[in-house]
Order: sequence, then structure tokens, then C-alpha cells
Amino acid sequence: MNGLLEIEQLSRYFGALSAVNGVSLAVAARERRAIIGPNGAGKTTLFNLITGHLVPSGGRIVFDGAPITGLPIHAVARRGLSRSFQRTNVFPRLSVSENLRLAAAAAEPGSYRLIGSIGALSGPLARVHDVAEAVGLSERLGEPAGRLSYGEQRQLEVGIALATGPKLLLLDEPTAGMSPEETHRMTRLLAGLPREMTLLIIEHDMDVVFSLADRITVLHYGEVLTEGPPDAVRADPRVYEVYLGTGD
Amino acid sequence: MKVKLLAFAVLTALVAVFPQFAGNYPVKLLQEILIWGIFAMSLDLLMGYAGMVSFGHSAFFGIGGYTAALLLAGSPGLLTGLVVPAAVSAVAALVIGFFSIRVSGVYFIMLTLAFSQMFYAVTFQAAWLGAEDGIVGVPRPRLLGVDLAQPASFHLYLLVVVGLAALFLWSVVRSPFGHVLRGIHDNETRMQAVGYAVDRYKLLAFVVAGVVAGLGGALYTQLVGSITPDAFLWTTSGEALLMVIIGGTGTLGGAMLGAAAFILLQSLVSSYTERWMTILGLTFILFVLFAPGGIVGALRGRIGLRA
Repeated sequence: MNGLLEIEQLSRYFGALSAVNGVSLAVAARERRAIIGPNGAGKTTLFNLITGHLVPSGGRIVFDGAPITGLPIHAVARRGLSRSFQRTNVFPRLSVSENLRLAAAAAEPGSYRLIGSIGALSGPLARVHDVAEAVGLSERLGEPAGRLSYGEQRQLEVGIALATGPKLLLLDEPTAGMSPEETHRMTRLLAGLPREMTLLIIEHDMDVVFSLADRITVLHYGEVLTEGPPDAVRADPRVYEVYLGTGD
Repeated sequence: MKVKLLAFAVLTALVAVFPQFAGNYPVKLLQEILIWGIFAMSLDLLMGYAGMVSFGHSAFFGIGGYTAALLLAGSPGLLTGLVVPAAVSAVAALVIGFFSIRVSGVYFIMLTLAFSQMFYAVTFQAAWLGAEDGIVGVPRPRLLGVDLAQPASFHLYLLVVVGLAALFLWSVVRSPFGHVLRGIHDNETRMQAVGYAVDRYKLLAFVVAGVVAGLGGALYTQLVGSITPDAFLWTTSGEALLMVIIGGTGTLGGAMLGAAAFILLQSLVSSYTERWMTILGLTFILFVLFAPGGIVGALRGRIGLRA
């Protein structure tokens, strides 16, 4: 097993409830992995454990060859692991370009400088334009994020995660609440991401999942139900049971 | 930016020549405005940019003031009058900040308030700090052979120090660090998620604000020639808070305007009536209700002035 992200026997209990229960999975570099499962399957909890938003009750997480279990949120992000959120989580009073620039400059030591203008951070500034282009917000750079439409805010949400230049991008339902056209645009955006960027995506829209993912992991009650290439998962009767119920 | 620098230069020149045209009392009022203005500006860095509302900013005003008072008696110079007081304030801010930034909102307000009141209680009891009478007869420093006891040279010295401190704060809010602070103010959890060690930035902001507040306290001691435990009192923090809000939170320049409005109003009202606090309270209520953006916010709304 030689994955970019390796998770072993990861668990998280909330009191008596086990939200994530002994999950093991490995995501290879350059892979695009989707995580699906019904509501309450523990998908977002799994993300929160990976990114340090929650401390695991047990198990370990190795990213890029080094353990990251229990590291603070910002330290995990610095390793090259960036995420977008299910609920839009942008900087509403800052402009689109400032939103992206803050994310792009996060890894720059220059962010502690008290004197001098932000123009000095030329690397991040260049990346702002690339990312804005990629997420389709080039025309909206000066607009405060709070004034963007819902769909645009979702694009910015992904853009902020992208702008940090991650090795692994975790996307938590990027198309949540989007109209069909917006979903289509987001899918195209994600499909167009550079292949070097490994993708781990939680998604409910099966069209998005099947058009993007190389492999799919199905979570059910905090445990891995099955894992495999899209066709195998699609053909697995247990997956239908989980989603539609057994009927009894 | 050029317009702002030009306005700053014109304002500085006007302040510099003010003593040529005005009597002692107006000059003293202007000097108080400068000192309270820089103190309020340092608080605005925390409140308006980093989103950290401190109710204990008086701690650094007092620490700067007491350090200068103690040291100036021994050897009155730039080191004892400004540099060491600023350094001591920095250390104090590092310690107080280390504990305070762990919490936010109301708890941050209460913790910073508690620290400043602790300093008040200690100085009020400490015989070596003159207890409740404080330290009096503090000499003004000598600088490059110039005795700042001279009113004219003291005025220029005050203006230069305040002007440099204001430029420094202005540069801080425009720097990469200042932008990080605005990000933290807007969405702290997202800043963490993209990789910022948010607590370290908050602590640094707290120290920068503490240093400038300490300079304000040191200058105040030199202006009035004394310092009392009242410098630490919560009213000192509260007045700075009012100045920031009246001037316009998150504008820096507004804090100086707020200090001017506050001190001029205080001087004007108290010459007519004893009820200064009542008038102040009313003014504050009117501002919060009808001009929540403060003086700067109201001006921007009226003439379409942009940040």
C-alpha cells in the first residue's frame, strides 16, 4: 500500500454513537476518489478527522509519508491537504481576489511581515488569477464575496481550497444546493483540474460521482461497505440496498 | 493612497505650527488628542482589523506610563522615555495576550479587563510606585542636547513620535500581516483551514497594539509629568473604546478623529456643566443608533469617500 493518503482503523465516537468506525482506506497519488453513502454515514466526520477539525477516538492517518493524526488544522493544511466545506465558508466582506490571495499566501513566510505592501507577494498574486480563471470568477475579482450569487460562492469555496496549491484536495459536496446548470459547470471545472492534484470528494449527485471518480468508497453507518471502480460499485446490490432500503 | 499621505502631511504641518497661533490651553488639548489618538488607533488595530475587542487596553497605557516615569527620573533620554517603555509593554502584551487569545468574544473582553484591573490593584497598593498618588514630578527627556521641558520642542517631539507611530500602524494594516488579520476577522475557521496559525497572528497583533499603547502611555506621562493608578483603570480602556467607535471602527484615522471629538466635547461641555458623562452617554447612544460607522462612516456615506 503506497498511497498519498493512508487511513488505518480510524474511529470517532460521539458518546455511544460511532460516527466513524474502523475505517481504513488508501488514496493513491493522482487518484480521484469519491466517497458516497446515505445521510449520516459519517462522510463529513471522516473529512473532519482527516483535516484535524476533529480528533480521532482511534486509528491513524498518514499523509504523504508522515503521520498527521492529531495535528492542528492549520498544520494539516500546510502539509498540502486542502478542503472545501459543505456549507459555504468564504470571507464575505473581502473581495473575491482577496479571498483567493489569502489562501494562496497561506504557505508564504512573508505573511508575518508588518511593513510593506501585499504586492510583494507576487507568487500568490499570480496564482489568484489562475484559480479565478479555473473556477470561472475572473470577471468578479473585485466583488465582495458576500455579494456573489449562491452558485458563485460555491465556486469560490472550491477556489479557496484550490488556491492553497494542495497535493490532496478534499471537496465536501461541491454541488450542494446547486441548480442543474451550476452542477454541470462545477463538474466540468472539477474534471478540468490538473491530474497531479489528487481528489477526494464527497458527493450526492451520482452523475457527478460517476463522471469524475476513478474509484468509489461507499460508507454506511460509519463503516466501509464496499470500495471499487465505478462500474463494480454500480453493479453491487448492497449499494442499492443502502440507498433504497431492502423493502422489508 | 497618495491622497491619504498628502492629507497626513498637511495635517502634520498644521499641528506643527499650531502653537504659533494658539494659546497654552488649546495646545495642551491638541497634545492630549495626539496621545489619546495614537492610543485609540492601537486599540482599533485589535478591534477594527483583527476583530479582537479588548477592554483591557489600559494595561499597556499604564505600563508604558509607569515604566517611563520610573526610568526618566534616573536618566531622562529617548531610551528611558520611549524605547524601554515600549519594550516592557511588548513583554506584558506577550504574556497577557498568550492567555487572552485562547478565548474570544465576551470572554476575551472579560479576561483583558481582569488583567488591566489587576495592574490597577497592584499599583494602587505598591509603595514603591507611589501607591494611589502615583509617581509625580517626572522630568521630560533630553534629546540630542535639546531639553524637551521647552514647550515648543516638546510639541515637535510629541508630533514626530505620534506621527511615526501612526504611519507604522497604517503600514501594518496594509501589510501582508494586516490582510491576514482582516481574514481572521472575517472568518477565523477558514483561515485555519487554509493553513494560517491563527493564534500566532492574533498574539502578534496584540503585541503590536500593546507596544503602541505603551508609547502612548509613556508620552502621556511626559506631557503631564505624572502617572497615577487611574491610567490602568477600566475607564481608560472604555474611553479609548468610545473614541474608536465614535470615530469609526476599522479606519485607524477615525480613532484619531474620535479622540479629537471626545476630548474637545469633554473640554467644551465641562466648561458649562458638571454633567459631562451624561452628555457623553447621549452622544454615544446617538452615534451607535444613527452613525454606526462613526464619523468616518458618516463622512463616507455623505461625500462618497472610499477607503
